[in-house]
Amino acid sequence: MAQFTLPKNSKVAKGKSVDVTTAQTQRARTFKVYRWNPDEDDNPRLDEYTLDLDQFGPMILDAMIYIKNEVDSTLTFRRSCREGICGSCAMNIDGTNTLACTKAIDDVKGDVKITPLPHMPVVKDLVPDQKHAIAQYNAIEPWLKTDSPPPSRERLQSPEDSDMLNGKDGHGPAGCILCFCCSTSCPSYWWNGDRFMGPATLMQAHRWIADSRDEATGERLDQLEDPFRLYRCHTIMNCTNTCPKGLNPAKSIAEIKKMMVTRKA
Amino acid sequence: MSDPGIKRARPLSPHLQVYRPQMTSVMSILHRATGYALAVGTIMMVWMLLAAATGADAFTVFTDFCASALGQVMLFGWSVALFYHMSNGIRHLIWDTGYLFKLKNAYRAGYVVLGMTVVMTGLFWLCVCVWS
Repeated sequence: MAQFTLPKNSKVAKGKSVDVTTAQTQRARTFKVYRWNPDEDDNPRLDEYTLDLDQFGPMILDAMIYIKNEVDSTLTFRRSCREGICGSCAMNIDGTNTLACTKAIDDVKGDVKITPLPHMPVVKDLVPDQKHAIAQYNAIEPWLKTDSPPPSRERLQSPEDSDMLNGKDGHGPAGCILCFCCSTSCPSYWWNGDRFMGPATLMQAHRWIADSRDEATGERLDQLEDPFRLYRCHTIMNCTNTCPKGLNPAKSIAEIKKMMVTRKA
Repeated sequence: MSDPGIKRARPLSPHLQVYRPQMTSVMSILHRATGYALAVGTIMMVWMLLAAATGADAFTVFTDFCASALGQVMLFGWSVALFYHMSNGIRHLIWDTGYLFKLKNAYRAGYVVLGMTVVMTGLFWLCVCVWS
C-alpha cells in the first residue's frame, strides 16, 4: 500500500539561513536546499542561502557550485558534464525533476527550492541511492542480443530503422541519458517502484525491442508481460512532462503495450 | 545499512510534498477519484431499484432524499464524475492506440476533456430543469 506521507526519520525540518549578499548586491535570490548528513543523528533539513546572482553563471548548477566553493563546502551533489549529457545533476528543482545544469535560474520565480530526486533513499544531501533503479535497468539486458552469426562487418540498419531509435526529430528512446528524472516523477513508480520498472527503464526496453538488429524481441516482451513491471503505467505522463531531454517515455511504454496486444492477434 | 559509519537509516526524499501538481498528474488522480465516486453513485442506483421494488412508501423516502440539499449535491457530483470519467476514459482509449502522446496534444486533449465535462454536465442539468 502506498504511503503518502514521509516516514518519521525523513520529515524535513527548517535549517540554517546564510545571507552572503552585500550592500552592492543588485540581484539577490534565495536558494532552499535539502540537506542530510549520514554522520549526524538528525532529520533532513532545508537550508537557505541568499546569494548575489552576479557572482556566478545563469544556471542552477552554477549557483550550487558557488555555494559549495564559497559558502558551504559540505554541500554534496553529483555533477559532471555541466551541459546536459551525463545526467548526473538530476534533482527536483522548483517542484519538477530536471538537470541543474540546463535549468536557468531565471526560469524559476521566487525562491529556488532544490530537493533530491523524489521518493529515493538519500545517501547525502542531494545524492539519491539509485542502486535499485540501475538494477532494474540491468534486468532488461540493455545490449544487442542475436542468434544469427555475426556478419564480417557491422550489423547494418536502414535510416528508417534507425529513426525508430533516434527519432526523426532526434528525440527517440536512444536519446536517454539515464538521469532517472522521469522514473522519480512517476507516482506509480513512487508507490510500486519495487516491482514496476519505471519509465526510464521501460523506454530503454523499448529502445531494444524496436531495434531492427536485435533478435530477442519476443523474449524481451515475455519479460515485461507482468501486471507490475509494465502495466503499472497508467499514462499519467509526468515522465514526458519532466524529461530534461524532451523525450517521450510515455509513448515508448504505449508502444510496448501495443506490441503485447498485436503479437497475440 | 551495514556501513559502520552510518548512524541511521537513509531518509526517503520528499515526493508528494514537493512535486508540483500539473495537469498530467491532477487529471490522472481525478480519473481515479471520479471512478470511486461513480461506484458510490451506483449504490444510490441500487437503493432506487430496491425502493421501487419495495413499494410506494419506500420510493417516496428515496425521492425525498434526492430532493434534499444533500441529495441534489450528490446527484450533481455524480453527473460531473460520470461525464469527466467518460471523457477522460475516451482520452485513455486514444492513448492506448498510441496517439496523443506529444505533450502539446496530451494537454490539448486534457482541455477538451475538461470542456466536455462542463458542457455535458450543463446540458444534462438544462434538460433536467426543462423536463421536470
